[in-house]
Amino acid sequence: MRRTVALLSIALALAAIPAAAQERPVAFTGARLLPITSPPIENGVLVVQGGKIVAVGPAGSVRIPNDAEVHDVSGRVIMPGLVDTHSHIAGASGGDRSAPMHPDVRVLDALNPLDTGIQKAQAGGITTANIMPGSGLLMSGQTAYVKLRDGRTIYDLLYCKDVLTEVCGGMKMANGTNPIGSSPSPGTRAKSAAIVRNKFVQAQEYREKIRRANGDPSKMPARDLEMEALVEVLEGKRVVHFHTHRHDDILTAIRLQKEFGFRLVLQHVSEAHRVANEIAAAGVPASIIVLDAPGGKLEAMDISNANGAALEKAGALVGFHTDDGITDSRFFLRSAAIAVRYGMSREAALYAMTMAGARMLDLEDRIGSLERGKDADFIVLSGDPLSTYTRVLQTWVEGVKVFDLNDPRDYLYAVGGRGAGVVAAFHHEGMEGH
Amino acid sequence: MKAIHILGKVAARAAAAALVAFAPAALEAQVAVRGETVYTMAGAPIQDGVVLIGRNGKIERVGRASEVRIPDGYRVFTGKVVTPGLIDAHSVVGLAGYLNQEHDQDQLERSNAIQPELRAIDAYNARERLVEWLREHGVTTIHTGHGPGAVMSGQTMIAKTRGNTVDEAVVKPVAMVAMTIGPEVARNFNNRPGTTPKAIAMMRAEFLKAQDYMRRQQQARDGNGPSRDLKLEVLAQVLRGEIPALITAQRAQDILAALRLQREFGFKLILDGAAESYDLINEIKAAGVPVIIHPTMARHSGTLENASMETIRRLRDAGIQVALQSGYEGYVPKTRVVLFEAAMAAAYGMPFEQALATITIDAARILGIDDRVGSLERGKDGDVVVFDGDPFEHTSHVCTVIIEGQVVSETCR
Repeated sequence: MRRTVALLSIALALAAIPAAAQERPVAFTGARLLPITSPPIENGVLVVQGGKIVAVGPAGSVRIPNDAEVHDVSGRVIMPGLVDTHSHIAGASGGDRSAPMHPDVRVLDALNPLDTGIQKAQAGGITTANIMPGSGLLMSGQTAYVKLRDGRTIYDLLYCKDVLTEVCGGMKMANGTNPIGSSPSPGTRAKSAAIVRNKFVQAQEYREKIRRANGDPSKMPARDLEMEALVEVLEGKRVVHFHTHRHDDILTAIRLQKEFGFRLVLQHVSEAHRVANEIAAAGVPASIIVLDAPGGKLEAMDISNANGAALEKAGALVGFHTDDGITDSRFFLRSAAIAVRYGMSREAALYAMTMAGARMLDLEDRIGSLERGKDADFIVLSGDPLSTYTRVLQTWVEGVKVFDLNDPRDYLYAVGGRGAGVVAAFHHEGMEGH
Repeated sequence: MKAIHILGKVAARAAAAALVAFAPAALEAQVAVRGETVYTMAGAPIQDGVVLIGRNGKIERVGRASEVRIPDGYRVFTGKVVTPGLIDAHSVVGLAGYLNQEHDQDQLERSNAIQPELRAIDAYNARERLVEWLREHGVTTIHTGHGPGAVMSGQTMIAKTRGNTVDEAVVKPVAMVAMTIGPEVARNFNNRPGTTPKAIAMMRAEFLKAQDYMRRQQQARDGNGPSRDLKLEVLAQVLRGEIPALITAQRAQDILAALRLQREFGFKLILDGAAESYDLINEIKAAGVPVIIHPTMARHSGTLENASMETIRRLRDAGIQVALQSGYEGYVPKTRVVLFEAAMAAAYGMPFEQALATITIDAARILGIDDRVGSLERGKDGDVVVFDGDPFEHTSHVCTVIIEGQVVSETCR
């Protein structure tokens, strides 16, 4: 039975693979290329085929196949598709208030691939996103690593091919004030850490039982969805994405990571400027958010747009995220520009928008740079990525154009206007007389 | 070397506070600003221009450096681009604080959906961190006060982003009366009113009462007039055209309702938000109503689900008076910055100087304070911002902010 389901899901996944994988090569000529892992190339040539990058280099040094469809993009800039390490688009939700930790709950069971948030993210140049459940619980569930293809079902968007046998994302955790509340939520920070530690100790014991069973089905512990997911965390197959703001909460997250040895990506790190050296020393990557003003919640009141600069200086791996709806995916490129305004280097900021995010999601072999053999995920910009005036003209995912500013429908999602709304929002107008 | 501001640096904050606190001493100084490009917003930009600000805090002269000699003893600031102090045409900062706790949120009183008598000056905190944040980013004048979300939430005021008290900051203690038409009102007031039509009926009834109050005042002889009613006094001022009504309405049907009310009662209307105004350009133009558009980057959800980054450009192209605002934010970030909102309006196709006008001279005109601020002209307030590059580039910095000749920020941010 289980096998049938697995086969079925593979079949679905295969059927869904976008007609993409074009056979005929496509070449882009004349643009300034920002490969990220190597220096910019003026008047570059990018050749893609079968959903992959097959060549990238300066004009003259790259052979354009005779049968290639050639796009002259002179005066434009091409860079890798952006990686958003923390987003809530497409109707993300996770665990409920019945318990403080929900390692068994999957965000992918909530996602609607037809949500206009996907189109808007494509319009912002985002090609890969880590869609997460919220931060109102210590562990709100499993996140989903998605490729922003034009999809009909969630299977069209996921990186994993089989949701039943593969790890399809990370694990969302949170500390500080968001997960604190009335029972069964913890009431204090120390209790928060204790609940998490107890759960991980249980998972360690569960893993030990599996080890002792040594493959003997009669000795295996009963299946436990929570424990299975946490064992994936303990074994480093599932990365923990940890929402944390205050400097002491950041250190608590690192302390838990040291104790249980899971792989950790810090998310938000509003006070990173206070503990940048500790973050760097722990070798833990940090994904930051850039905001137009401080405040709004107590633990984020000392957020600084100089976090990028501080973490870069300390030597930590820095990425960016939208936290969409906190910031809009269409303005994601602003994050890099504003981080640069506050002292981050241009190179580190562009790396943070792409390659750093790819590394945080374990996808650096497939995405994050313009390199031969990587997925053909890239964006065509009207100008420099750090300029306010630059527009995303096209977004390509695996060799397929998923966004084109010249397309009226795409234009609507990029700019807004009548019909661009989220899935029709419900406006409460009262129920008198009903 | 660019000085980089780290928000958490206590020292930097204390220094900024000190600058403001010792304002009177700074007033003695005469200030000259010289920029490679000076956008006066009164005529073409001046290449290599100079602005002189006198002891009284007013602009003495504006012109080319080759024609305007900087007198001895003037403190000189130089930079790539010089603009008038920026104007935020609609905000709630000072009433809304950045902690977002009950004790620092005074922008919306929920005891009653109609309270036009609430004064902004009774709640404005001049030392609020968000006021400082706006000032550091070049915003020198704000129209702030009671926020959207009530049928009539209260009054607004206009202030300079300086001073330690409301009295030191205030430009106009009563600017407008803030009203809202939209479904958020029912949510804020526990369904009293529960629908938009009910809310509009309540507004009409209130204006009728004010008309009656005015009639009884006019007919009064020998002190037998109506007893004072703070609510009706303010609404009477609105009906007499002395104070404009600022009606927040995002959806097309709500904007039309605002225009309908204006036609019925003849008050001076300023539309606020107006996300779907692009569908009502003819109607708004015919009514001759100015529009303070929602922030370009406002969250496009709820009543703003069909908002467009191009609305402001489309309205202005049609000849409607427009300005930009930071608006109200209930969570993170706790305010927006009009500099960034105008930058995005420019990014989405508005010509540079038009976008700059939405946060300078055009905003001043809509607020009725263009005799004092909004452009760099002789006799106006010496409110000036110096940038180290194109003001709208995110990678540029605001390096000097001057309010009435007083240097209130000298760190590049």
